[in-house]
Amino acid sequence: MKAFAALLERLAFTPARNAKLTILQHYLERTADPDRGHALAALTGDLKLRAVTPGLLRGLAAERFDEVLFALSYDFVGDLAETIALIWEGPGGADLPLADAVRLLETTGKAGLPAAIAGVLDRLGPSERLAFLKLATGNLRVGLSARLARTALAQMGGPTLAEIEEIWHGLNPPYPELFAWIEGGPRPDRAALAPFRPVMLSTPITLEELRGLDPAEHIAEWKWDGIRVQAVSEGGVRRLYSRTGEDISGAFPDLIDEMNWEGAVDGELLVRREGAVATFNDLQQRLNRKTVSRALLTSHPAGLRVYDLLIWGGADLRPLPLIERRKVLEAADFRSDRIDISQLLPFGTWDDLAALRAEPPAPVIEGVMIKRRDAPYVGGRPRGPWFKWKRDPRVVDAVLMYAQRGHGRRSGFYSDFTFGLWSDDALVPVGKAYFGFTDEELRELDRFVRANTTERFGPVRAVAPKLVVEVAFEGVNRSARHKSGVAMRFPRISRIRWDKPAAEADRLETLEAMIDTPNVFDAEGARAGVRHGRTKRRGGGEAPQEAGAARPLDGVETPSIPAGYLDEEE
Amino acid sequence: MRPAARCVNAAGQPADGPARSDPMRADDFLFPTDAGLFCPAGDFFIDPVRPVPRALITHGHGDHARAGHGAVMATRETLDIMAIRYGENFTAARQAADGPARIGGVEVSFHPAGHILGSAQIRLACDDGPVITVSGDYCRTPNLVCAPWEPVPCDIFVTEATFGLPVFKHPDPAHEIARLLASMAEFPGRAHLVGAYALGKAQRVIALLRQAGFEAPVHLHGAMQRLTDYHVEQGIPLGDLRPATTPKEIEGQVVIAPPSAFASPWVQRFRDPVICFASGWMAVRARARQRGVELPLVISDHVDWPQLTQTLAELRPEQVWVTHGAEEGVVRWCELNGLDARPLRLVGYEDEAE
Repeated sequence: MKAFAALLERLAFTPARNAKLTILQHYLERTADPDRGHALAALTGDLKLRAVTPGLLRGLAAERFDEVLFALSYDFVGDLAETIALIWEGPGGADLPLADAVRLLETTGKAGLPAAIAGVLDRLGPSERLAFLKLATGNLRVGLSARLARTALAQMGGPTLAEIEEIWHGLNPPYPELFAWIEGGPRPDRAALAPFRPVMLSTPITLEELRGLDPAEHIAEWKWDGIRVQAVSEGGVRRLYSRTGEDISGAFPDLIDEMNWEGAVDGELLVRREGAVATFNDLQQRLNRKTVSRALLTSHPAGLRVYDLLIWGGADLRPLPLIERRKVLEAADFRSDRIDISQLLPFGTWDDLAALRAEPPAPVIEGVMIKRRDAPYVGGRPRGPWFKWKRDPRVVDAVLMYAQRGHGRRSGFYSDFTFGLWSDDALVPVGKAYFGFTDEELRELDRFVRANTTERFGPVRAVAPKLVVEVAFEGVNRSARHKSGVAMRFPRISRIRWDKPAAEADRLETLEAMIDTPNVFDAEGARAGVRHGRTKRRGGGEAPQEAGAARPLDGVETPSIPAGYLDEEE
Repeated sequence: MRPAARCVNAAGQPADGPARSDPMRADDFLFPTDAGLFCPAGDFFIDPVRPVPRALITHGHGDHARAGHGAVMATRETLDIMAIRYGENFTAARQAADGPARIGGVEVSFHPAGHILGSAQIRLACDDGPVITVSGDYCRTPNLVCAPWEPVPCDIFVTEATFGLPVFKHPDPAHEIARLLASMAEFPGRAHLVGAYALGKAQRVIALLRQAGFEAPVHLHGAMQRLTDYHVEQGIPLGDLRPATTPKEIEGQVVIAPPSAFASPWVQRFRDPVICFASGWMAVRARARQRGVELPLVISDHVDWPQLTQTLAELRPEQVWVTHGAEEGVVRWCELNGLDARPLRLVGYEDEAE
């Protein structure tokens, strides 16, 4: 428990992805079975324990501590489990193997739980008490995705991430055979049916780069703004995986029901109503749920648009050229009106394709995909066989309002920026961005923030509303959680407008007019002032690696999309 | 005794209350004013927050020791520290506390508080009144850079309450230093910038590192150079100290800096540093997060809850007066443990100064 507690504490305070990986890798290398396996399961969300409720914790505190002193303490600390871990009195000193803590939480009945938990708290020191309570309440909050945890496994020098992901869903905590494999033992039998197979990813491309390629060697399809999934149905087991191998079947029972075939297919998960593909915002309502209500199943029905086959008819098609797999795909019968196949775009030259890309037939198309006809299906992101050619981002000119200090390589720099648009005569914060600018621009922005600070709130500074930044983003949705009523997707600073007076920045109405715009090129959109970014910047369009790393400022955070769902997240 | 001192205190306010009758009531012997705790019998203030004719200073931290008084009595170290911080002319007259002294009708003596170098508790006694001990800030954990706290029996104990809640149980500082060394081993390529207040904490962190066997150079932010030199001059060995001015040479090493430096462009000279902060507040995660700390080190120069309540239980004064910090928590504990206690609600002392 001591090592686990130290691990959680370091992870919770370490914002940088690579530093988190180092910390976790070292823990896994230095900790013995089965504790490390239980820790891994706790981090990946695969530890299924009876959840200890806040009510139970309050009861424990009430039995032991003066009500007034506890209330004063809780008020200061702000977190119930942490308050109890800190205030608890006991000899401490002793340690409890993580495996024993897990077993105790697994096997103790509801009636015996309070006494069992108090007994453990009596034995442990404060850091271990907090780790135990976080484990018991199922809320580790260390900002580390399951994917990142598996990446740390791959860094241990044995199997690659792709190899680990392929067998992950057949394994159970505390994963002794996995660790044995990593340390040179045999690869575990792939016992589970319907495993995840590493997904083939694309790289971005521009028209200039395309001109060096032969159009005749490639096919093209629309790039739909849904989420990339792998749907697998084998021997009666059906699973839906995100592109990073998270099992998201529980959130999409309607689609699972429709998978009346044998195979593993690659496609885009979409919400579809009467044939039309709904917006990404609609799909987002369905994400991140363990269960889903009947009403939501009716109002937001899920569908699948298939563009590739990995396994079909009992055969592994991955070594075949794309065009051969495509023949099988076009002949396949998915026996469902919710599942169809992605159509090929007719084009003879890259300019033909550019013309198609400029006028997509549906609002949820975010560009085109270009794939080599002769390429086999290869997991990972090989450069060359698959390209994405996304539509240009939308932009608004916004006013810089707040800045927050960054971490790691950006220590000491104000690098996280909140910006706003005009509404009546006031600025309303509409989003936060912390990338898109060069190192030199970051230095200039930092100097601007220091020279124009009007107020300080801890690591955050309010700045005089003087500087206009051009913000590029992928789309905008209505959001009740944000003060402005809108939420931008992947906002980044695409240009600093040192030249532009703040009064000439865009108005909130301009951004609102971009919500659910049927087509970014249509007349209405143009009238409302929708513009397109002139140049795509280096680093633009990259989302942060870890959703937990960003700290929201008063409701202007980008809406959280589960890590690993989105194509932008690279 | 000078009646004038009783009628009007130096803050210009009438000292209200009924006429005094012998023996002297504690409330008349020492009471809070806007300028700080005032003792009319000796016509002096303790740790006044604004300039006064006569001040007794418990220790050199900026919120307790201010410049511009007419006369200052403090330990020799505290006087030296004030001269370093404010210049030799920080006060018109000064007197080093050296054994008991008589000021007006009051016998005054200074006793180690274990907080920082030169820190003292001040004991006040008069012929017909109670004995009062003003603790200033104090700490009972052994500290290599100052003399240990001593119990000073009294009728009235004036205690700080910086960490006056039962959630504050400071760990062994050696354990926290071990965590710092472990992080340096885990990230050998990253400079570890340890935020520590320039007076006391900075030198204590260095001494703890040396005690843990860390012998490599420790780099110092310029703001702590002079006060650290002073500790060395006083015979406290701190090993190889170097200015943190040449970033290329200090990678992977320890740099001690005042926490305010992390908000200044000074920190930009380091590539991917690990920001650490040595403070009792780091026990609470939200506090560490607010400061953007990557490695919180719970090292405090104040009594934690067990030490504070143990002190009250051992001294068992007739009354406990609680000054700056979590007054409600300490008053509540006294209530539950049969001690007469009240908050003084002094203003001007920084809750964060630790």
